[in-house]
Formats: sequence, C-alpha cells, structure tokens
Amino acid sequence: MDLEQLYQQHSRQVLATLIRLTGEFELAEECLQEAFAAALAQWPSEGTPGNPVAWLVRTGHHKAIDHIRRQQTARRHSELLTPEVEGPSDQGTAIYQDDLLRLIFTCCHPALGREAQLALTLREVCGLTTEQVARALLQKPATLAQRIVRAKRKVREARIPYEVPDQRELPTRLPPVLQVIYLMFNEGYSATEGARVVDVSLAAEAIRLGAMMSRLLPRPEVYGLLALLLLHDARWAAREDGEGNLVTLEEQDRSLWDQGQIEQGRHWLMQALAHPDPGPYTLQAAIAASHADAKDPASTDWAEIAALYGLLYQKWPTPVVALNRAVAIAMRDGPAHGLALLDQLAADKVLQSYHLFHAARADLYRRCGDRDRARLAYQQALTLVRQEPERRFLQRRLEELSSS
Amino acid sequence: MKYVALVYYQESTINDMTEQAWHDLNQECLGCVEKLTEGGHYLAGQALQPVESATTLRVRDGEVQLSDGPFAETREQLAGFYLLDARDLNEALQLASHIPPARLGSIEVRPVRELPPKDEENR
Repeated sequence: MDLEQLYQQHSRQVLATLIRLTGEFELAEECLQEAFAAALAQWPSEGTPGNPVAWLVRTGHHKAIDHIRRQQTARRHSELLTPEVEGPSDQGTAIYQDDLLRLIFTCCHPALGREAQLALTLREVCGLTTEQVARALLQKPATLAQRIVRAKRKVREARIPYEVPDQRELPTRLPPVLQVIYLMFNEGYSATEGARVVDVSLAAEAIRLGAMMSRLLPRPEVYGLLALLLLHDARWAAREDGEGNLVTLEEQDRSLWDQGQIEQGRHWLMQALAHPDPGPYTLQAAIAASHADAKDPASTDWAEIAALYGLLYQKWPTPVVALNRAVAIAMRDGPAHGLALLDQLAADKVLQSYHLFHAARADLYRRCGDRDRARLAYQQALTLVRQEPERRFLQRRLEELSSS
Repeated sequence: MKYVALVYYQESTINDMTEQAWHDLNQECLGCVEKLTEGGHYLAGQALQPVESATTLRVRDGEVQLSDGPFAETREQLAGFYLLDARDLNEALQLASHIPPARLGSIEVRPVRELPPKDEENR
C-alpha cells in the first residue's frame, strides 16, 4: 500500500490514538506528521512493516516522548515514559476504534459551540486542512484557524475528557454528534453558490463520517441518519439544471437519481426501522425513501408521507416540520386543506421570516388558481430569500404566473 | 459576617501585559493571600481560567442545556458560588446540574487556574 493511501485511510486512527496517549491535540498532530515522515524515509529501504498502523502509532508515540523530554516537563507526564509497546493487533482493534469515537465525541462535546464542533470535526476527524475547512464553510482561513485553536484550548483548559460516553450519557451525547454530521451534509448540499473553488465535498465527508459511526457505534438513529444522507445525496445530479437553476423535486428528472445510492439508503433505513420508536432522522429518511419509491411525481404516496410528517412532528415539533406536514397534507387532500393549515401557522415568528413558508403558500394559491394571492406570497418570499439559486427559482415562478 | 469578594477585569488588559508584568501580578496576589491569611481573614479563594474556557449550564423541564461561553443573561445577577472538586468537565457539569438555581437562572462552570509557585527571592 502506498503511503499516501495509507495516510488517507489511517491517519485519523493514528491521530486519535496519539491524542489518547499524549493527552494533547497539538502534540499528537505534530507526532502524526513526524511518524509519516519517518515511514517515508524508512519503508522504501527497510520494507513496509506487517502492521503499518501499529508501527505509525508506536513511532508517533516515541516522537511524543522525545518532545516531552526535550521540553523538560517529563515529570508531569511520567506516565508517557512507559511507552505502549503493543500496537493495534488484529484482535485488539476495539480499543483503537474506540479512540476514533473518543475523538468524535470530544470534537462534538456539547460544551463547545456548534460552529466550533463542526470546524473541529472537519479538521481532526475528517483530516481536512484548515484552508480546506475555511473554503468549504465559506469563511476566512484566519477566522477559522482561530476558532479551531480556541476550541482546542477549551478542551485542554476546561479538561473535556477524551472518552466515549457511557450508556447513561449516550442519549444526551449522541444527538450533538449526529447534528454535526447532518449540518456538515447540509452545508455541503446547499453552499454551492460562490463556492466553485471548493475542492472537498462536505456532503461526501458527512456520508463517510455517518458510515464510520454506523460501524463504530451501531445504533438505530445512526443508521437513520446515514440512510437520510444517502437518499438525499442520491438526488444531487437532478437538483440543478445546466445553468445552476434549482429544480424542484416535482420537476426533477428521476432517471438522474443515483439508484445504487438509493439502494444503500434503503438498506440502512431497514436496519434503523428494525427497532421500535424511530427517531427524527429515521423518519426523515423514510420520507426521502417514499419519494424515491415514486416513479413519477403523480405516483407519490402522499398519504404515507403526510403520516410520516405527523410522526416526525410528534418527535420534533418545530415550525419547519409543521410546514412540511401541511404541504404533504395539501398534496394528499388538496391545496385548500393545506392553506387552512398554513393559516394556522402564520402567527409563528420563525415561519414569518422563512422564505419557504411564503413560497409554500404561493404554490398552494397557484394550485388553487388564486393568482393575486400567489403573486403577493411569491413577492414576500423574494424579500426573505438569501441564496441565489432559490431567488432565481422564485423569480421564475413569479414570472410564469404573470405570463400565463 | 462572611463576605465574598468577586474579582472582575477585562481579559484584554491581561492579554496585553508583558510576561514579566503578569508574573509580578501573580506574585502580588500570592502576597495578598498570605497577608489575609496572617490576619485570619482568608477562608478560600481561587483564580480562574480565561472566560473562553467557560461553559454555561441551565436545567429546563428537567433537561440539562449547555452552551459554550459565559453568556449569562445580563438581567441575571450573581447569587452565590460553589467550589467543586471534579475529575473532569463532564463530572463538573453533572454535579452543577444538581444545583437548584440551575432551573431558574444559569450556572457558569469554569476551571480554576493554579497560581504559579512563589518566587524564592520574595521570601
């Protein structure tokens, strides 16, 4: 295996273990680089070791001990002076896999802000450079670097432990991890405009992380999240036309949907649904799967989708879920029913400033044939929309209304 | 009567200090503690890590909510303090979640900062 490939596949594992052994992010990162540099120098002449990951961990650990000795703080870190001789063996991989989980749970610790969690996860768990993370999140590299430095300092100073939460803590500690992965996916899925130079796909990173979590921490809601990401991502090629215009689900060319990925999504959804009491990600994945089952928009099972949104609303009573539920009911029972439900939601402050609420009303008015109200609602949506492709889409709808 | 003396300053003032000035300030603090102890007035005290190491905890409807930083509502006033001994932040947060006013206001959890050893020549 060449070294670059090895770095891509195992550097996060080696880093995660080095953080546990050294107790420090910065030192572990430095030693990770040095271990790979040593491999680059030695392996071509001496041959690749039987267990390269174990070799890298051992070498990195020795480098760390050297560093600490040089800093003459060896007394405070005396436990480091008994180097771990064992590397990850085939039997003993569990503890090393736990190191990756330790790293994820530390980066997504709820005492860190959401933005810090996301930046730290992309940097440490996904192994992106600070510049790559900054570009992907459309931020200045200096701002992002500062955020990462600050987050690491908090981990150190506040003593956030490097551990996998126990069964008792897991119900409160897993959701932030899943939220970070979900947020990462959405950033990647929506941040296309003005981000043409992006050389990494956050959506792909999120799927990779979701797959890793499914392997390391097999839980129904982890499967549900992975299913959701795969099913959404499968529609990637169809959601924009050649000119970068947004194409609605209804108008998408379904032959462009990635059937292989839909199959994978369904597989994970089935795993998730094998357990009682599905969580919010699993329910959203079920909705996405229901759309994927429909050969064309007319054969969409809106009764099933409306029922799923109903369940989702019980779990997650947010205004946006209520909006989606109303739209599904409108598709099942007719636009007038949907409009009645949306009128009930109109007092909600969040929805009042949410462009998709007004866009949904506009669409239902359009379907009812009430062009004046539809026009007003589209105009309202246009004053609130921020993303360029969505703005163009709303503008197009408004123009179609006037010309027809 | 017992009194709490709460220490406030702008961290930027400290960050702008030279290492020597910061060192001197710490030594002065040690001297102050010594004097108060001699006079029988010193009960307990602790320096804190910078505010960016803070985590704010609230309990609402029996659920623990955490946020990064010291962002107490400005209309909230300091009502007391607990000095806790915990293994790590997780344990500290878990202990703090049982402080009853966590349900009403917020609890800022901040690690203490150990003062450096006293300079030899000052003895």
